[in-house]
Amino acid sequence: MSSPDISVRNLWKVFGPGGEKIPKDPELSALSSAELLERTGCNAAVRDMNFDVAKGEVFVVMGLSGSGKSTLIRCLTRLIEPTSGSVLVDGKDVMQAGTGELRELRRRKMSMVFQHFGLLPHRTVLDNVSYGLQIRGAAKNERYARSHEIIELVGLKGYEQHFPDQLSGGMQQRVGLGRALAGDPDTILFDEPFSALDPLIRRDMQAEVIRLHKEMGKTMVFVTHDLSEALKLGDRILIMRNGETVQCGTGDDLVGSPADKYIADFVSEVPRADVLTLKWITDPVAFGTPADAPVLSAGTIIRDAIPTVMNSLCPVLVEDSGKITGQIDRDSILSVIRSTEVAA
Amino acid sequence: MSTLVRDRAPVQTGLVSVRAPRKRLSRRTLILGGAGVVWLIGFLFLHGTATLTLPASELTDLHRSLNQFNAWVASNRADNPVFQYVFTPLRAAVDAVANLFIGIFAASSTGLRLPEIGWLGTVALLSWIAFAVGNARVALLTAAAFVFFGLQGLFVEAAYTFALVITAVLFTLLIGIPLGVLAGVYGRVAKVITPVLDFMQTLPTFVYLAPLALIFLIGPASAVIATVIYAAPPVIRLTAHGIRCIPENTREASDSLGTTGWQRLLTLQLPLARRTIVMGINQTTMAALSMVTIAALIAAPGLGQVVIRALQSLDVGTAVNAGLSIVLLAIVLDRVTTAASRRAEPGANRKRRISRRTRYILLAATLLVVLAMVQLSRTMLWAAAFPKDLNIGPAIVSGVSSASEWLQTNLFLFTVSFREAVTNGILNPFQSLLTETPFYLLVAVIVLAAFALGGWKLAAVTATCLAVIIYLGLWSDSMVTLAGTLVATAVVMVLGVIFGVAMGRSSKVDQLMRPMLDAGQTMPAFVYLVPFLGLFGATRFTAIIAGIIYAAPVAIKITADGIAAISPTVMEAAVSSGSTPWQVITKVQLPMARQSLALAANQGLIYVLAMVVVGALVGAGGLGYDVVAGFVQSSLFGKGLAAGLAIVFLGILLDRMTQAAAANPVRKVLSAKSPAH
Ligand SMILES: Nc1ncnc2c1ncn2[C@@H]1O[C@H](COP(=O)(O)OP(=O)(O)OP(=O)(O)O)[C@@H](O)[C@H]1O
Ligand SMILES: [Mg+2]
Repeated sequence: MSSPDISVRNLWKVFGPGGEKIPKDPELSALSSAELLERTGCNAAVRDMNFDVAKGEVFVVMGLSGSGKSTLIRCLTRLIEPTSGSVLVDGKDVMQAGTGELRELRRRKMSMVFQHFGLLPHRTVLDNVSYGLQIRGAAKNERYARSHEIIELVGLKGYEQHFPDQLSGGMQQRVGLGRALAGDPDTILFDEPFSALDPLIRRDMQAEVIRLHKEMGKTMVFVTHDLSEALKLGDRILIMRNGETVQCGTGDDLVGSPADKYIADFVSEVPRADVLTLKWITDPVAFGTPADAPVLSAGTIIRDAIPTVMNSLCPVLVEDSGKITGQIDRDSILSVIRSTEVAA
Repeated sequence: MSTLVRDRAPVQTGLVSVRAPRKRLSRRTLILGGAGVVWLIGFLFLHGTATLTLPASELTDLHRSLNQFNAWVASNRADNPVFQYVFTPLRAAVDAVANLFIGIFAASSTGLRLPEIGWLGTVALLSWIAFAVGNARVALLTAAAFVFFGLQGLFVEAAYTFALVITAVLFTLLIGIPLGVLAGVYGRVAKVITPVLDFMQTLPTFVYLAPLALIFLIGPASAVIATVIYAAPPVIRLTAHGIRCIPENTREASDSLGTTGWQRLLTLQLPLARRTIVMGINQTTMAALSMVTIAALIAAPGLGQVVIRALQSLDVGTAVNAGLSIVLLAIVLDRVTTAASRRAEPGANRKRRISRRTRYILLAATLLVVLAMVQLSRTMLWAAAFPKDLNIGPAIVSGVSSASEWLQTNLFLFTVSFREAVTNGILNPFQSLLTETPFYLLVAVIVLAAFALGGWKLAAVTATCLAVIIYLGLWSDSMVTLAGTLVATAVVMVLGVIFGVAMGRSSKVDQLMRPMLDAGQTMPAFVYLVPFLGLFGATRFTAIIAGIIYAAPVAIKITADGIAAISPTVMEAAVSSGSTPWQVITKVQLPMARQSLALAANQGLIYVLAMVVVGALVGAGGLGYDVVAGFVQSSLFGKGLAAGLAIVFLGILLDRMTQAAAANPVRKVLSAKSPAH
């Protein structure tokens, strides 16, 4: 991963009158959200957030309802005006951008997919997908040609002349996705895009996003409150609570070493064998382990290691960047699987 | 004329009355009761003194100076710069457009004064337009109606009225839609114009006329300008509403793609608001028709003139004949604009049976037929002026006249005794209570009542209004008008409660009544006078009955909506605790719909006031009479102008007081509502 695509520093968003004073005031900014609300009537939806998103990464923001996810993701393109802090996109501060620059950013660099689709009811699928191109002044045949490609890409071929209310929820979100992709932005922001869809369609759509990410390699910032979705899609996951970062890391990190009880509770129901890698269960190499025992990489998901371990008569060695770091055996795998069953 | 769409302060429930409400309520009742007692006692001992009566032909100094002002304007019109550079060019421009339409549809200014496109061309062209903006059904309706105007012998008059309506609607939209868009986009603009619109809508149609005639002279121009002022509020309001009420998530999605303000307006707000805007056009058109007919009082040509002349000579037959045309024209305008608003619905054109291509071909083909008919009308006399031998107007006139005579002689016992019973039993006593109480006492009583309802602020507004009325020298006439208005409003409220409760409780009754009420609301005000003139003759009573019928639909609708809006859980709770239907109505529904009732009273009052004033045409006295007399006799001009102003202030007073009554929630309502949340 190269230099960060988006980097957020000391970002605050405080709703309510007089909110702009709070980040600067050391006393007030130290208060908890509830106290702050009581003292000042202001609601701090995003508090002093810092994180980087690398190019081509899928960065997931997770948290319960009301934790400030939507506010955070809207602050990135200033759909909601942040109270203070900075948002660097390709090294340029979005907070300093004038209206024209901001529009250019929204038109070419970052587009967004919304929970409730936000399609224009009076336009066909084709016109919805080409809306962004029209806004930035593309000629009609150019934008239609591009939109036809995109419609095919998101699997809506044949529906070009349909109107949004003639489509199912999943198809409508495909239109939303197509609209975001049409402008060929560097980054796509998703705000709980699939939470209004039923589980089967949601799974399809998640697969779709994974496929698109593989094909196009775009940076994605993905908001969700669904942990399994986060683990499935995210290269890294940031967990928010009351507007603050609680932990930020790979799915593996979160499940393997939760930062506090809140996250431990959060991840307790995750099937650990599906998420954790071998590095979390590696024991030191025992005396009797033969040197020609099978070797697995430390980054292997535990479930994927099961056949090798079960078929081997002796413990299996674990290597990390060319060095043997330890071993695993049937017991260590079984204990992970058992703890998962108990939790479930 | 449906002016229901008013952004009134929404029905408030909540914290307002938390501060010791019980004390406040009892004090309020106490003051109101006290005021009533003082009034009655004062009336007993002092009645007949200090009544400020001013006989019909007498003037005050103020009226005389207004007359002088009128004369001054007349003599300085030519060289005063304000007139030279503002009013006169404006008048010329409006006149030019009005004359253009009049020339096309009604009568050209040359030769035989035949319309440019003849009656046949007019029928064809208007039906084609109805087809293009609406559908085949409304096109047929249009054709039938205009042919019927011809048969009634009123084609030219109807065409005049139509031409003026078109001119006025054109100007209204030209001003109203941009203003509405501005108000929709900028909250600050909305904040400035909403109170102005509120105020404009409380003014009875009547009162615009005299001042405008003073500035723009009588005739089409001032009629059109009056109509524009009267008809603009609905389209401004609805446009602003449509623009403002774009769903937040669509708006956000469009912003996230980097739209500019203009792009948002053009690609999102206007297309999504289209339907609402066309609904505004519908309301504006109906209001315009209403005003254009009344503007006959300042010499606007058309059907209104026929009605007014007939009313003044008590010629019921002719009034009914012309009134029928007005009703028909109202129906046509309403249906065509409603059909247009359906077509403007997003996605309407994909549910069509015929494809867009076929439709265009059809339109082009029919347009050719229309052009052929226009050409025919320009060459053949029978197609230019409606044939005289096809005239069934006189038959209608004499038929209606004899029917009315028959009714009046044979139902004499019923109509006259009913009229006299109500007049002598209710109207006269109440009127004399108001007119014969010394003015200072009545002022004190009204201000006290205002204080009880709305505190110092309302008391001050009320005192000011009353002071202005006294200053205008029309106290006694105002009290006559007030008496009629209050009696009619009381009846309107009784009707509102009875029918409103029935509609609110049963959706079947609602479905049955609503179309009738909607139709009732679209009719121009003074059409209502005509049938009652036939029944009850020219009296104050007729005007009051017409006012009741005119105002009842609004009151009924608001009440019904209030009752229907009560949460079903509350109703369920009441029913499951074993209440009888009567108990449910009196203990739950009416108390909870209290605010709707107050709003219904507010709207009912304004409608009744408008009508009671127009009722001067059939013998209601009071301020309306002064206004009409002012149009007819130039020596009474000043008095008429003053009477118009008095109506305005009376309207403000009634509006504010009923609004205050509506804004004060009663404690009982709150406690009944809270379990629902
Ligand atoms: N426009 C606003 N004005 C005031 N407070 C707001 C506004 N928008 C959001 N908030 C508050 O900010 C906090 C965070 O809201 P946000 O919508 O970002 O949460 P979320 O994590 O997206 O929740 P959800 O999962 O329900 O979408 C909430 O307490 C909310 O009440
Ligand atoms: Mg959200």
